[in-house]
Amino acid sequence: MSILTRTPAHTPARSRRRTRVALVTTGCLVAAVLAGLIGILVGSSSLTAPDLVRTLLGGGTPGQELVVFELRMPRVLGGLLVGAALGLAGALTQTFARNPLATPDILGVTSGAALGAVLAIVVGGGSYAVGAGLLSLGLPAMAALGALATAAVVYGLSWRGGVDSYRLILIGIGATATLTGITSYLIARAQITDAQAASQWLVGSLSGMSWASVWPVLLTLAVVLPIALLQSSALAIGQLGDDLSTGLGVAVQRHKVIVIACAVLLTAAAVSASGPIEFVAFVAPQIVRRLARTGRPPLVASALMGAVIVAGGDAFARGVLPPGVPVGIVTAVIGAPYLIWLLTRRTERDTVS
Amino acid sequence: MIALVGLVAVMTALSLLLGSNLISPYAVVGALVDPANDPGAVVWGSRVPRTVLGLLVGLCLGVAGAVMQGQTRNPLADPGIFGVSAGASLAVVIGVYVVGTSSVLATLWLALAGAIVASIVVFGVAALGRGLSSPVPLAIAGTAVSALLVALTSYLVLSDETTLAAYRIWVVGSLSGRTLDGVGIAALFALAGLVFAVANVRSLNSLALGTELARGLGENLLRARILGLAAITLLTASAVAITGPIGFIGLTAPHIARRLVRGDHSWLVPASGLIGACVLLACDVIGRVIGGTAEVPVGVVLTVLGGVVFIGIVRRGRIAAL
Repeated sequence: MSILTRTPAHTPARSRRRTRVALVTTGCLVAAVLAGLIGILVGSSSLTAPDLVRTLLGGGTPGQELVVFELRMPRVLGGLLVGAALGLAGALTQTFARNPLATPDILGVTSGAALGAVLAIVVGGGSYAVGAGLLSLGLPAMAALGALATAAVVYGLSWRGGVDSYRLILIGIGATATLTGITSYLIARAQITDAQAASQWLVGSLSGMSWASVWPVLLTLAVVLPIALLQSSALAIGQLGDDLSTGLGVAVQRHKVIVIACAVLLTAAAVSASGPIEFVAFVAPQIVRRLARTGRPPLVASALMGAVIVAGGDAFARGVLPPGVPVGIVTAVIGAPYLIWLLTRRTERDTVS
Repeated sequence: MIALVGLVAVMTALSLLLGSNLISPYAVVGALVDPANDPGAVVWGSRVPRTVLGLLVGLCLGVAGAVMQGQTRNPLADPGIFGVSAGASLAVVIGVYVVGTSSVLATLWLALAGAIVASIVVFGVAALGRGLSSPVPLAIAGTAVSALLVALTSYLVLSDETTLAAYRIWVVGSLSGRTLDGVGIAALFALAGLVFAVANVRSLNSLALGTELARGLGENLLRARILGLAAITLLTASAVAITGPIGFIGLTAPHIARRLVRGDHSWLVPASGLIGACVLLACDVIGRVIGGTAEVPVGVVLTVLGGVVFIGIVRRGRIAAL
């Protein structure tokens, strides 16, 4: 704390804020690495820390190599990446919409992905066996397709010589309602086994993660993260509203398209890999913002916090809870109380309204 | 506003006249005048209760939505945000999971209890923090608590097939098979909620100017907040208890109302309620007609059609920001 209170004389408030953000980001990074390591260690077959180190250095038994490289690694890495993508997407949407309740699913991405996936399970399947076949092959593709198509339609519908954030969000709400209605009707009319498979997918789970599902998320993050960071200063100015930002020289429309596209791509990649782990995009930026005491959520820290929540939640589920509890449930059970606790002890003003 | 009342009357008539049982309008009127003339008790046994409940639920949701968005000054706030829907769902699911009950009446009581307990928790969290005077922590606390409840609900639903079977039907939201038996308590809650909402209208107008200005105008913020929150909780809880969670009306009716009547909440709140009643009845009628004998639940029609219509409305005009 003494480092934080003894600030240099010039622009003390600003540099204090920077220190805090850096501190929180570092903390999240450490926590993410820890969550990853713990995630590799816990699970049904026992693996000790020395075993892990030996296997990572190439000296493990074939059995240990199988567990570490083929089973645990993709799952843990997938969890970290999906969480990071969701956390970053959430931070982008909340900042861009200037509304803490705005998560990427408000743009219709998640509901589109859900409809695509449920269609694959219920209609594409017909019987459970075929549905399971689709689950392994066509489901991520269907989800990604649904997500991207919906986002494109929502964006297109809100275009009237430019896209107004407020109109975009309202149209996203309308689209989400329509698609969710169709999805829940499909589930209500489907055979109970299909309904179960669909409900399972809709909660979000890492149990189906393989290297094949890790790469798309990694690629998306690698491309989108730098672009998002480049938009950072425009995002900061965007907090003042469209008119003022234009006055300050921000190319508002171009900036918006980029930010929205980033959020959509991140969410689509994450959702098609793991199913909608919805709460992460809302909670990660909110927690980080409160820890860093900034007006808007810091981007990198939000991504890292998302990674911590998803990978940590999955490790917790596998290590402590009865088998079969999907990570989508655990993230809410871990994230929500923490945010509630932060809320109850908060004393400062909220700057993002 | 007169047009809206007229529209509600038209919808009521349509709701009485149309249905999967084909009865001539003449016979319907005859049955309404003289209950002994009712063919197969369809009119008094099914259509009248449905229509009454549809009107009530739509009104509740529309009013609750307008009060909610006025209170939080957030256009994304829907009445379910206080954990009401999530609490009701969890209670219903626990009822099925533990006792195995899924009768309409038991569901109604469970939903009512769950909704009220959940919203008290949300208010508690917000009150422990920065007090109820600021809307933002309240909305975030509501979202967080909801997520927690939804997670628990999903866990129960995923771990038991019978629970899923009952839940997937209930969660869609429907007026089918609802009778007036036992809804008395829900109606009473709804009525109390409406009274609170009316009493809250003046405060909503000053809250629209911002918390600071409202205080400057001599508004008792705590009182205004509690009154509004009580109204929202009671209205939403009774609606959820009767039909199951129907979220869309509370979210969108105020946006449509804001296009018809600008600003003043003493017009906005009733307009939003009437729009809610219209929309719900219209969707119920459509669901009855398009489905034939297997009618489509009102919740599905509402979100699917309502979503499309709402997009159209948003595209056509300038939506007044809060």
